[in-house]
Amino acid sequence: MHVLDFEKPISELEGKIEELRHLSDGGDVNIADEVGRLQAKVDKLLRQTYAKLTPWQKTQVARHPERPHTADYIAALITDFTPLAGDRCFGEDRAIMAGLGRFRGASVMVIGNEKGHDTDSRLAHNFGMARPEGYRKARRLMDMASHFGLPVLTLVDTAGAYPGIDAEARGQAEAIARSIETCLDIRVPFVTAIIGEGGSGGAIALAAANTVLMLEHSIYSVISPEGCASILWRSGEAARDAAEALRLTAQDLHKLGVVDGIVPEPLGGAHRNREQTIQSLSAALDAALGELVPQSGGVLRAQRRDKFIEMGRSGLA
Amino acid sequence: MNWLTNYVRPKLQALVRPKEVPDNLWQKCPSCDHLMFHRDMEKSLHVCQHCGHHLRLPAKKRLEMLFDDAKYQRIELPKTPDDPLKFRDQKRYADRLKDTRAKTGEHDAIIVAHGRMGGINVVIAIFNFEFQGGSMGTAVGEGIVAAADLAVVQDAPLIVIPASGGARMQEGILSLMQMARTTVAVDRVKEKGLPYLVLLTDPTTGGVSASFAMLGDIALAEPGAVIGFAGARVIETTIREKLPDGFQKAEYLLDKGMVDMVVPRRDLRATLIRLLSLLRNRNAAGDLLALPVDAVDA
Repeated sequence: MHVLDFEKPISELEGKIEELRHLSDGGDVNIADEVGRLQAKVDKLLRQTYAKLTPWQKTQVARHPERPHTADYIAALITDFTPLAGDRCFGEDRAIMAGLGRFRGASVMVIGNEKGHDTDSRLAHNFGMARPEGYRKARRLMDMASHFGLPVLTLVDTAGAYPGIDAEARGQAEAIARSIETCLDIRVPFVTAIIGEGGSGGAIALAAANTVLMLEHSIYSVISPEGCASILWRSGEAARDAAEALRLTAQDLHKLGVVDGIVPEPLGGAHRNREQTIQSLSAALDAALGELVPQSGGVLRAQRRDKFIEMGRSGLA
Repeated sequence: MNWLTNYVRPKLQALVRPKEVPDNLWQKCPSCDHLMFHRDMEKSLHVCQHCGHHLRLPAKKRLEMLFDDAKYQRIELPKTPDDPLKFRDQKRYADRLKDTRAKTGEHDAIIVAHGRMGGINVVIAIFNFEFQGGSMGTAVGEGIVAAADLAVVQDAPLIVIPASGGARMQEGILSLMQMARTTVAVDRVKEKGLPYLVLLTDPTTGGVSASFAMLGDIALAEPGAVIGFAGARVIETTIREKLPDGFQKAEYLLDKGMVDMVVPRRDLRATLIRLLSLLRNRNAAGDLLALPVDAVDA
């Protein structure tokens, strides 16, 4: 497993436990007590570390390569998943994965950023950074869901929209603007979950939802801490300070009223227990949808629009 | 202050106060280095007489240029919380705000005004680039919402004129939320069947371009204006390639189908009036119906 800097003491202890287990395989020395003692120490350390992660540490956790991605949630939670492709204008963008499927038995439209999990898939998915065709595909499918009365689930995990010559030439700004407009227009239940990184315009393009959920250690921000540091501090080194100042944690965003619910992660973060994380999000999505499904399309649309028109009328107390 | 200014009557103060002298009588064109006298600058609407380069036009000057007889009514904008995140970089954001307010005499980076253009009642929301780069935080969002609401109440078209680097970082996620918020606001105008026009001026980038600014029924741009989502430097460092000439300029966007027209400043007022009168199927004053040649070419 990829070990984050601040997790090193924990990983060293885990290494020791592994070693002891190896030793005991060879002889008949009883080391169960020692292993138990060390395991307790690991748990305690994990609990202590994860109870007070700094915003910068959370940024690392949110970007952890072994954190479950959109593809993992779809594989585990969506039956009959049927991917749909293309924006009908220019191309197919694999940075955004989307399609029809069933969540707990009922048809839904699922749309999410996919970062990929190894070199090949990361390249194929462009590291989760979408081009205009990705947002235009999302828009097309949100409209389709609205047309058929199907709830929309979006999973956000992106460093941001792709900054490239081709993306600009094809209207990145317009594609994002239209995607936001469609998010706010559809007449069906719409739930979004920030599952890792919610990076700027590329994130809000999929996240103007009735219910916005965030995994406990995910982040959501107007700019990356590194980008903010290089502009305001004129030094990439200050990313740690920028992460503090930006209030990008689920806990701060909940206080600001931008996020409606925080989804708990297992002890030590989503990457330590992917299965439990996926089930935790599943329960939260189910609860959120349960509240929205009985409402009429007009009410859902109005509720969403009323919520976002109020954003920023109050700050942190 | 000295003994004289302290003791003269208020009406006489104007006589003893030093006269305001423009600190820069001559301005150099950033494109061709041509020197322009400030009065000629005013006359040419801040367009270089030598090469036609469009320099940034201060917001109030532009309002005077657009409205009939240079007359308009500003509206007061509802207050939003200053510094909602208690943001601090090397300096406190609250202090930065105070400084910019003192320097510009404006509360934030947006001005909302209404008045007549070619006799048609119009609401304009215009960005003030001098205020923290025209960046969009909660106060700017509030301005767009107020402008949209006013347009609906007055049954008037809405024109938004951005000049902005994008979202205001010091208001973090709340700045990002303004993208969704302003989108709802301008949609309310559109839902009423009222024209929503956007005039993209230099620069229109980031979170501003990726929300209300790209949602106009008709998109006009000023010659040479930089318009795009990602900043040129970010793109260059990401892809490690040199950017093509004219990249993200208004003319480039016209070529890519992202704006309807690029309009020279001297033709702006007439073009906007013509568009509004056409969209609303009304006759404007006769002299304004004449089509400027440049607009047809564009």
